[in-house]
Amino acid sequence: MAIPLLIGITFISFLVIHLAPGDPTELIGGDDPVQLQSIEQLRKLYGLDQPMHVQYLGWLKRVAFLDFGRSFQPDGRPVLDKIRERLPVTLLLNLIEMTIILMIAIPIGVRSATHQYSAFDKITTLFVFVGFATPDFWLAVLLQILFGVHLGWLPMSQLRNPMWEYLPFWKQQWDFVSHLVLPIGVATFGGLAGFSRYMRQSMLEVIRQDYIQSARAKGLDERKVIGKHALRNALMPIVTILGLSLPGLIGGSVIVETIFAIPGMGLLMVQSVFARDYPVIMGNLVIVSSLTLFANLVADLTYSLVDPRIRVGRRGRR
Amino acid sequence: MKAFWRAFRRNKLALIGGVVVACLFVVAIAAPWLAPWDPHRPDIKRILEPPSRAHWLGTDQIGRDVLSRMLYGSRVSLAVGFVSVGIATAIGILLGAAAGYHGGWVDGSVMRLVDLMLVFPRFFLLLAVLAFLKPSIWTIMAVIGLTGWMGVARLVRAEFLALKEREFVLWSQSIGASATRIIWRHILPNALGPVLVAMTLGIPAAILTESGLSFLGLGVRPPYATWGNILNEGRDAIELAWWQSLYPGLAILVTVLSYNLLGEGIRDALDPRLRQSVGRFGGRGR
Repeated sequence: MAIPLLIGITFISFLVIHLAPGDPTELIGGDDPVQLQSIEQLRKLYGLDQPMHVQYLGWLKRVAFLDFGRSFQPDGRPVLDKIRERLPVTLLLNLIEMTIILMIAIPIGVRSATHQYSAFDKITTLFVFVGFATPDFWLAVLLQILFGVHLGWLPMSQLRNPMWEYLPFWKQQWDFVSHLVLPIGVATFGGLAGFSRYMRQSMLEVIRQDYIQSARAKGLDERKVIGKHALRNALMPIVTILGLSLPGLIGGSVIVETIFAIPGMGLLMVQSVFARDYPVIMGNLVIVSSLTLFANLVADLTYSLVDPRIRVGRRGRR
Repeated sequence: MKAFWRAFRRNKLALIGGVVVACLFVVAIAAPWLAPWDPHRPDIKRILEPPSRAHWLGTDQIGRDVLSRMLYGSRVSLAVGFVSVGIATAIGILLGAAAGYHGGWVDGSVMRLVDLMLVFPRFFLLLAVLAFLKPSIWTIMAVIGLTGWMGVARLVRAEFLALKEREFVLWSQSIGASATRIIWRHILPNALGPVLVAMTLGIPAAILTESGLSFLGLGVRPPYATWGNILNEGRDAIELAWWQSLYPGLAILVTVLSYNLLGEGIRDALDPRLRQSVGRFGGRGR
């Protein structure tokens, strides 16, 4: 299941290179020596003078060893080095985001399901609709204006104060956290709407089941019924949805990292696109999507751990 | 149809959404008559003016009227929304119908392709593709459409799987109707409801994606005004001119919200059970 998809990822990425009308090297254009050198390098890297299948196999062979060539930037560093430097930042941000989203969305979802049509439920429904419709880049800019410009409470971009090294230890920690507040806040906002919605839906379905009725009938405390019997079952679909929404979350880091100048994969991607740094773009695309696939796989495995029923007879995602 | 209207009318939020969407259409068409200023004409004497009676939503760095630019921008958003969702729907229907009707290896390969496309974080894929193409509004529409058909394909496939066992289909098969005819004339018309809902929810998603790309400076380029690139230009004046950032985003929010309310309203009125299949992951750009 995973291996064909992995090969598929490389194939689609390879097709992307050939989307360019004519020859991707034409887009670089210009005839100063640096660019001519880039063009030559690109030709060699992708074997553009050879037939398609030879090109693809050659490229695949190198990608299998994570060799994406060198960046076109003046520094000319290997693509893999650049990615290795940026990846932890994006992973850390996404991990924190996901934790916060789940920590807030699950209680909200449970409460609005157990108190369906209450004022709380209505307010969260409103929040969900607005959250779905709010462009994250706009929210980010507004928060920058409010907290960065007008109130001056939080730094507007980057991960660290330029004087970071000279700060005392505790100030360093605070500096780091304060730089994270806005980006994490923005990235969490959109996901929060979705997840609290799914959690509510899932909980509503579970509450109607017979075994919840029987748990109540045998005189269990309502808190125990909800917190133990219902919650466990309602959480299971969330694991799948978590896997499915991962590409969305990671894709969102493009916007957030660009606005807040956070040196992660998203910002690297945008910078490379502007610089037409093709080796970095391709390496980025392959690595990010392979990692997403891996994370999906983990979610799938987790799901079969949580719910033994699906270990039998479940072939892939529907 | 009557039952649909009765159910739809009762949903006040959906009605409001529908009215706003209709208004947006009027605004987009009538932009040249509604706009108080020329959206492209700079005015060096009126740079970064806050909202006033002359310029309701203020002016930008080179003195262009923000309101007029937003009115023209609504045309781009609408066009991109419709065309890219049209492309996505066409691809989705073709692949979904083939997969659902024929089953077997056709179904297998289409579904694997869907799985594959869904693994790519959309913004990374979009950016990679855009890096290789010459930027234009048509490119944006095509690229958003080509990366957004998977939901429709799954949906149409599911509808086809359910419908192809029904009597009217079996009957046409028994009198020797061709597969093409059965797919287009018999099954597809019955599957259009959910597709319509998916389209209504797809348009705001496409609008969000387009404005996100334009915001990054990789979507629709100036001098065309779009909500996304007004916001992009607004970032340079972020410390001076909040109005250049606030209003275009608000326009996006209201538009997306209205389409979502309308789409969910249509869905609930058509068949509340659809809630399960349509739009669970819709409504958001990436």
